[in-house]
Amino acid sequence: MIIIQATPTFLQYTLINLAVFAVLLPIGFAIGTLVALGQVYGHPVIAALATAWAWFFRGVPALVLLFLFYYGPPVFNINIEPFTAAALAMGFRSSGYQSQIFRGAIESVPAGQMVAGRAIGMSRLQTVWSIVLPQAFRLALPAWTNEFSAVLKDTTLVYAIGINEVMRFARTIYVARPELAILTFLFVALIFWVLTVIGTGLLQRLERRLALPGLEGRMRGPRAVAK
Amino acid sequence: MDAILTVEDLHKSFDDLEVLKGISFTLERGRTVLVMGPSGSGKSTMLRCLNRLLEPDQGRVWLEDVELTAAQADLNKLRASIGYVFQDFNLFAHLTALDNVCIGLRKVKRMPRRQAHEHAMQALEQVGMADRCAHYPAQLSGGQQQRIAIARGLAMEPKLMLFDEPTSALDPELTGEVLAVMDDLARGGMTMLVVSHEVGFARRAADEIIFMENSRIVEQGPPEQLFVNPREERTAQFLQRIHAIEGPMAQEQPP
Repeated sequence: MIIIQATPTFLQYTLINLAVFAVLLPIGFAIGTLVALGQVYGHPVIAALATAWAWFFRGVPALVLLFLFYYGPPVFNINIEPFTAAALAMGFRSSGYQSQIFRGAIESVPAGQMVAGRAIGMSRLQTVWSIVLPQAFRLALPAWTNEFSAVLKDTTLVYAIGINEVMRFARTIYVARPELAILTFLFVALIFWVLTVIGTGLLQRLERRLALPGLEGRMRGPRAVAK
Repeated sequence: MDAILTVEDLHKSFDDLEVLKGISFTLERGRTVLVMGPSGSGKSTMLRCLNRLLEPDQGRVWLEDVELTAAQADLNKLRASIGYVFQDFNLFAHLTALDNVCIGLRKVKRMPRRQAHEHAMQALEQVGMADRCAHYPAQLSGGQQQRIAIARGLAMEPKLMLFDEPTSALDPELTGEVLAVMDDLARGGMTMLVVSHEVGFARRAADEIIFMENSRIVEQGPPEQLFVNPREERTAQFLQRIHAIEGPMAQEQPP
């Protein structure tokens, strides 16, 4: 009963999680793409830096990153909002994972595509931008959907640095009424399950829409070839 | 003498393996020259060095009077005026036939969209693929893909076209449609350098044949001379062999 009454409040606090998500995902996407490009096409020094970045942010536990980003800057007399710290820590972390998704995808684009682009006079940058990346992003989408659903749920970790998101609200309920703890957690689980279903569903639709005619549904039965 | 392409003493090694040991020749405007020779003789490497898709170790290449191998050469601009057709087509997989032909016009020649489309459609018509302009590469046969790849080169209005074994990846049935397009080009006065063992095409369209072996040009001359009366023993042996394999079939192909 209490849970049902509290549903609007639960959802309101979930918006904070979604706000963190909405900032961290593009940060992870942008930096992840750059890191992947650096690893594949960069000068050896750039490639080494990009690789180090990916290793660091995939190697450190999420909670440790959150604490480092929240308690670290004040040591140098820099003030940081919890939200900013959370978005940066989680965004950088996701960039580590996204970079490896994109690196694999870029490397899966046949080398002939780059050669053909250069042969008609396009610069390296033009060819990467107009030929390689559009194909790589298509290839990356299934794995990226995974990362999407993982970081969506990881946003619940940010309560550890004092952000008033849904887990922190859940805490106020089960501290006051310990017998409701399991129910509260199950309700949070339900919220994230629904969000994940909606999110991955939309991404799968995007995947189908971007599928290349003649290559779509390679895993789903015989393909139609127009002659 | 109106040279489009001048190649002087081209050398290229991969690690310890010397793949080109001093290649020199001239390609004159409007001529079709075939490069033949056993695999591993350096034909494809030579072709890739001509527009510096591969960096030659030594030697010089001129496109008309511009030196391609000069340090300050505007490579992208020079490459745009050299059509290049690959053995495995290399059409851009995420673009329609039309966009495959358009993209060079838009990105390299900075042509407005409308004009690029018109231009690209003309090129597709020239190779008989205008009705497939909205198709993606994976929806097309190898022969159709190769014709679109030729259109992609043609649309840039190149000074010459390089072909790297354009029919080697194709079934015999599909070879004919690609060669027919190349026949048209040769007749239309396009300057072409073609790495190929298509004897029929050589007889019909080639003004000259370059025979390569062991990283060198062994012999070059008009097809009549090389086919009928080669100077070098090696040329005779090689041509006999490909005659035995491809000769009869090649003669049956439509002109």
